[in-house]
Amino acid sequence: MFRALGDATRRDIVVHTLQREYSVSDLARLYPMSFAAVQKHVAVLERARLVTKRRHGREQLVRGNVVAIRQAFGLLEQFEEVWRGRVDRIDQILTQEKEEGARK
Amino acid sequence: MTVTNVQKDHEALTMTITAEFNVSPERVWQLWEDPRQLERWWGPPTYPATVTAHDLTPGGSVSYHMTGPDGDQPHGWWRIVNVDAPHRLEFENGLADANGAPNPDVASMIVRVAISELPDGVSRMAVESVFPTLAVMEMFISMGMEEGMKGAMSQIDGLL
Repeated sequence: MFRALGDATRRDIVVHTLQREYSVSDLARLYPMSFAAVQKHVAVLERARLVTKRRHGREQLVRGNVVAIRQAFGLLEQFEEVWRGRVDRIDQILTQEKEEGARK
Repeated sequence: MTVTNVQKDHEALTMTITAEFNVSPERVWQLWEDPRQLERWWGPPTYPATVTAHDLTPGGSVSYHMTGPDGDQPHGWWRIVNVDAPHRLEFENGLADANGAPNPDVASMIVRVAISELPDGVSRMAVESVFPTLAVMEMFISMGMEEGMKGAMSQIDGLL
């Protein structure tokens, strides 16, 4: 999933399609590249579950997958907060001890 | 700044947090070695940890539970893989049932602690956490780690 986001165009496609549905041809107009190249980017994003695609007549509509993105981004960031909390508490223990030592 | 670096590898489900303290490596080691000190920082104030068994030797184990605001008591365990006081500690961290028996349905994570001495009486502590799956990460975060929820969501909102 995160490898798929390693490309600036793909990140931009995700940002756009999180806001509303885009057809692949709409997206192709946003970038200086061929329809086929944009379609390839969309396929990579779809495999990584970052976007979902549905057919509407002759168009393929692309939409950012908010739930999957929030889930995957959320967890390590939450775990980081857990450890930042622990480091803060360790720091408090050590600082308090230093202050008590200085008073003696 | 106490935390000097945080590295997250979303593919490998790994996070390494590095912090520096103005004490010796021996003093940092005591925070892990002494169960009463460990209790003071492992859980947040709303989910304090109680350590009921503590043996930091290879093959030894640590048992603990946290007590939540509603009286819920999730249990956890460590199995010590490697110890080299006061510099290295490696253990598996898993979840347990109410009697402290390891929960076989939830895979354990790996925690590697490295403590090194820097000039001027400063110690650096790096803690690497490796999760086997996203689901396991979710279990650990939900276990009395409610502080993980704050900060995180706002970061994502900014990103989106």
